[in-house]
Amino acid sequence: MNLTLKIWRQAGPKATGEMVTYPVSGISEDMSFLEMLDVLNEQLNARGEEPIAFDSDCREGICGMCGLMISGKAHGPEVTTTCQLHMRSFSDGDEITIEPWRADAFPVIKDLVVDRSSFDRIIQAGGFISANTGSAPEAHSVPVPKPKADRSFMAAACIGCGACVAACPNASGMLFLGAKITHLGELPQGQPERDARVVNMLTQHDDEGFGGCTNIGECSSACPKEIPLDVINQLNKDLRHALAHGE
Amino acid sequence: MATNTLPVTGKPRPASARRTTVFMKLLMALSGALFVFYVLVHMYGNLKIFGGVEAFDEYALHLRTILMPILPFGGFLWLFRALLVVALVAHAWSAFYLWSRARGARTTRYVAKEAAKATLKSRMMRWGGVALLLFLVWHLLQFTILKFNVGPEAAGDSAGKLVISSFQVWWVVLIYLLALVALGMHLWHGVWSASQTLGWTSSARSRRTAKSVATVIALVTAIGFALPPLAILFGIVKG
Ligand code: SF4
Ligand code: FES
Repeated sequence: MNLTLKIWRQAGPKATGEMVTYPVSGISEDMSFLEMLDVLNEQLNARGEEPIAFDSDCREGICGMCGLMISGKAHGPEVTTTCQLHMRSFSDGDEITIEPWRADAFPVIKDLVVDRSSFDRIIQAGGFISANTGSAPEAHSVPVPKPKADRSFMAAACIGCGACVAACPNASGMLFLGAKITHLGELPQGQPERDARVVNMLTQHDDEGFGGCTNIGECSSACPKEIPLDVINQLNKDLRHALAHGE
Repeated sequence: MATNTLPVTGKPRPASARRTTVFMKLLMALSGALFVFYVLVHMYGNLKIFGGVEAFDEYALHLRTILMPILPFGGFLWLFRALLVVALVAHAWSAFYLWSRARGARTTRYVAKEAAKATLKSRMMRWGGVALLLFLVWHLLQFTILKFNVGPEAAGDSAGKLVISSFQVWWVVLIYLLALVALGMHLWHGVWSASQTLGWTSSARSRRTAKSVATVIALVTAIGFALPPLAILFGIVKG
């Protein structure tokens, strides 16, 4: 396959960036999107040019590091992560635009790499439960109803990739936040901190500069883990309860 | 890529549920709910014009005599109007707050961005809302505050006659129809959005219900409001 790539190049956090066009050839459709970028970087290296900086870690769709905006879609045209996207989803001769996630809460570090530690700070603000350390508790001592366990597990599938923020017209982090709230709030272990959790995590979310949700649903359709919009409903509901409890 | 241990950023502030973006959304949803109730009642009242000018004027009079010996003449109406003004301020204020946050949340735009779910109705909430606000000013000036008559017939003190005379003018009808399109779209996304904000849509089924209810309310309101002006313009209802 021969492709034309338009890629955002930015030398550093403060530098001004621009779109640069690179033709690539000899791409196999079995390559992943990141392998395709590796091929381009080899060519850039051989020419003595600065390779394109992009993030990746597991390359198997579970760590959430590899988010890219591909021709206007977060993680590209399939419901998956960029590392699990294959070149067979594109056609020979395609022109592909590649941009970093755009949100002021995710500042660009270099080229396509953004700093998502605002998500970590949101987790720090309340994404935990209090439990005694020591030997593992007896598994059946705290029963969890199956539907709740399922919903919690569904929400726990969030890998914190940030595609929801990238796709949202408001650059809101509420799908991510809602996933965390639902994940812990469905379980008995998450109950003691429930009210404080939603208030603290939401306050951190707002302070990081994410926008507010207007229930459009772009996040959920961009999410590689198919987190549904109803986790935002859960977030709203938990906040309403926290309000009623005087938090 | 390795990242540093988390740096502390920003000034820590005491967290309070009242100072979150979701609280602003709740304000917007609740004030919006009052407006939904209000437009439905208003739409129903307008249909009285099909009973003739007398029926319409009588209805207008009744609105002023609700709870009458307890409240003075027009008392209930004024209380309700005050409530609507408070709701309008809350609705618009929370909207502008969230709007400006969203602008600040992405100062560098995408070169290419494709929408998967955003629809015209959800994208037009903000500009459509501004359009509705402008229309509201015009509408209140025309029928409540100045009561100016742009139509061919004398209206005197009769609200019904003023309505009949005004809607014989095509451009007045056009302004109303445009406003109704804006209102319908606003309600269509707004009712669903408010259900989600109030935490009523936790299952796929309740989400579908909320969307259907939103569609029905939007259609009923827009059509119900459009009937009187059209009937008057085409001479089906006469003074
Ligand atoms: S909710 Fe989905 S899109 Fe958002 S961070 Fe989690 S996995 Fe990524
Ligand atoms: S590199 Fe881990 S999810 Fe893509």
